[in-house]
Amino acid sequence: MNMHAQPQRTPAETALIDAFGDRLSLLPGDGAVMLKRDDAIETIKHGLPTRRVESWHYTDLRRLLNTVPDFDPAAMAKAIAPIVEGSAVVSILNGKSDAKVPVLEGVTFQRLSEKLIDGSIAPGLDPYGSDDAIGALNTAFVADGYFIDIADGTKLEKPIELQNLQAGGQTHVRLPVRVGAGAKAVIVERQTGDGAALSSSVSQIVLDEGAEVTWLVVQEQPETATHLAQFKAHIGKNAKLTLFVMNAGGKLVRQEIMVRTTGEGADFKLRGINLLAGDTHTDVTMVLDHAVPHTTSTEVIRNVVTGKARGVFQGRINVHQYAQKTNAKMACNTLLLSDDGEFSTKPELEIFADDVICGHGATVTEIDHDHLFYLMARGVDEKSARGLLVKAFVAEVIEELEDEAIVEALEARLDDWFVAHG
Amino acid sequence: MLEIRNLHARIVDDGTEIIRGLNLTVKAGEVAAIMGPNGSGKSTLSYILAGREDYEVTEGDILYNGQSILEMDPAERATSGIFLAFQYPMEIPGVATMEFLKVAMNEQRKARGEEPLKIPEFLKRVKEAAASLSMDMAMLKRPLNVGFSGGEKKRAEILQMKLLEPKLCVLDETDSGLDIDALKIVSDGVNALRAPDRAFLVITHYQRLLEHIVPDTVHVLYKGQVIKSGDKSLALDLEANGYAGVIGEAA
Repeated sequence: MNMHAQPQRTPAETALIDAFGDRLSLLPGDGAVMLKRDDAIETIKHGLPTRRVESWHYTDLRRLLNTVPDFDPAAMAKAIAPIVEGSAVVSILNGKSDAKVPVLEGVTFQRLSEKLIDGSIAPGLDPYGSDDAIGALNTAFVADGYFIDIADGTKLEKPIELQNLQAGGQTHVRLPVRVGAGAKAVIVERQTGDGAALSSSVSQIVLDEGAEVTWLVVQEQPETATHLAQFKAHIGKNAKLTLFVMNAGGKLVRQEIMVRTTGEGADFKLRGINLLAGDTHTDVTMVLDHAVPHTTSTEVIRNVVTGKARGVFQGRINVHQYAQKTNAKMACNTLLLSDDGEFSTKPELEIFADDVICGHGATVTEIDHDHLFYLMARGVDEKSARGLLVKAFVAEVIEELEDEAIVEALEARLDDWFVAHG
Repeated sequence: MLEIRNLHARIVDDGTEIIRGLNLTVKAGEVAAIMGPNGSGKSTLSYILAGREDYEVTEGDILYNGQSILEMDPAERATSGIFLAFQYPMEIPGVATMEFLKVAMNEQRKARGEEPLKIPEFLKRVKEAAASLSMDMAMLKRPLNVGFSGGEKKRAEILQMKLLEPKLCVLDETDSGLDIDALKIVSDGVNALRAPDRAFLVITHYQRLLEHIVPDTVHVLYKGQVIKSGDKSLALDLEANGYAGVIGEAA
C-alpha cells in the first residue's frame, strides 16, 4: 500500500502541466536546457509545496495558487519611464526581450533566448532543491530575459533599469548578471504590469572581487497578479551588495532571496519594505550563507500592513563552520494598521562557527500614540499625522541608501502607494 | 483669553484624579507663571490644555476666547492658536524636521484659510527663526528631535513656537536641561514673542527662568488646585522660603 499517494492535482497544477505540454515546442533551448526543463516539470508534477514543507509553512502555495492563466501571446506591454531619470533601460515586454538594447561602455546585454538556444545558460538552471518550486517553475517555462555582463573596473554613473512588464497571461523570465572585479553599478529591477498574470522571475548575480552593487527590486504588480521571484547572489572577496526590495502590489507574492558570501571581506545588506493592502499575501524569504570567514551582513525589513493583507518574512542565516568572525544582524519590524491584517516573522540562525556575532529581532507595533499626539499638537490633523508616521516608519530604511537620486525615486514610489492606499 | 473653571481631571488608565477643582484666568498679553512642587499637576495641566487623550476631564470647563475647547482634538486646538512647548519633546525617527515644520505651518495656514507658504518664503522664515535662537540649520536636516541634546530639543520647541505664531503659549518646564547660555537664548526667544494679543502660561519649578521671563502673575499649584496667586514677588518668596509656608497657609 502506498502511504504517500499524491493527492488529486489542483486545477493550477493541472494547468501548469498541460501548459508545459502545449508550450514545449515553442520553448527555446538546446538539449541540455530541455533536459533541465524536463526535470523541472517533474518537480511540479510532484505537487506544489504545501504548509507541511517547512520553507513554505506560511505560504501554502498549493492552496493559494488556485488558478493559472493561459499564455497570452497577443498581450501587449509597453515600456515605462525609469524610476531614476537617465537610467539605461532594458525591457522585457510580456515575457519577451527587446532586440534593441542600450549602448553602454563596459556593459554587454545579451538576450537570454540566445543563451537558452546555445545552451550556455544550462548549468545555472538547476533548482536548489526539491522544495524550490519557483526555481522549477521558472526553469520549466523560462523563455527569455537578459544576460548582462559588466566588465572589470566599469563604474556606471547611471542605473541600469531592467523592466519586466506583464500584460496578463504567463511570463517566465531570467536575469543573470555578472559584475566584474572592481566594477560599480546600480541596478533597478522593475516588476509590474496590468494583467492578472502569473509571473516568475529569477535574477542571478555574481559579484567578482571588490565589485559594488546596489540592486533595487521594485515590485508593483496589480492586485490580481501572482508574482513568484528569486534573487540569487554570490558575493566575492571584498565585494559589497546592497539589496533593496520594495513590495507594493500583487495578489500572491513570494520573493526569495538566496545569498552566499564566497570571498573574505564580502558584505551584504538587505533592506526591505513591504507595503501590504487589500486581500493579498506577500512572502519574503531569505537564506543567507556566510560561507567563508570575515564576512558581514545586516538585514532590515519594515512592513506596513493594512486591510486583510497577510505578510511573511523568513530570514535564515547559516554561518558555516569555517566562517569565523562573521558579523550578522537581522531586524524585522511591522506596523500593523488593521485588525484583519497579519504578519508572520520567522528568523533562524544556524551557526556552526564559534567566533561570530549574530543577532536578530522582530517587533510588531501600532502607531506610537505619543508621536501622534506630538504631531497633532502642532496642528497636523489626525489622518495626515498618521500618514506622516507610517511613511516615516518605512522611509527610514530608504534614506539609508544615501544616493539622493535613488532615495527620491523610491520615496516617489512610496508616495504613489500612499495616495492609492492612504 | 484663557479661563479654567473648577477643572477636575483624571488619568484615563487608572482613574487617578490629578486636577481637583482648578481655577485660573489668564488675560491676553499676560505672562502667567505656574509653580508648584513635584506631583502637583503642572505637567498634567499642560497636557490637558493641549488635548492629550490620556487624561479625562470629569468636571468643569476650559474656555479659550470664551469657547470651550474640551471637545476639540489636539490638532484643532493647535490650529486655533494653542501651543504646548513640551517638557520632553518626542524624538520621531524618519520624519525630517524641515518637512515637519512645513507640514505643520501649512496645516495651520490651511485651517485659517490661508495659502500654503511658497518654499523660498518658508526657508527664509525658518532661517531667520533658527538664527535668532543660535540654531544650526544642519540640525534641522536631521529627523525630528532625533539625536538632539536636551537643550537643542528645547530650542527646537521655541523655534516651532516662533514659526507657528500661536496665541496661547504653554511652556512646560522649558528651563529644565538648559545651561545658563541656552536659558538666556530661549528666554530671549520667548520675550521677543510677547505681544498684547498673546498670552503665556509658563510652568516651572524654579524662580531661575522667571528672572529671564518676567511674569505678570504667579500661581502656586498644589494637589491639583491653585492655592495662591500673586505677582512676581510671590516667586521670589517661594525661592527664599520654599513651598512649605504657602502650603501650610492654604491647609
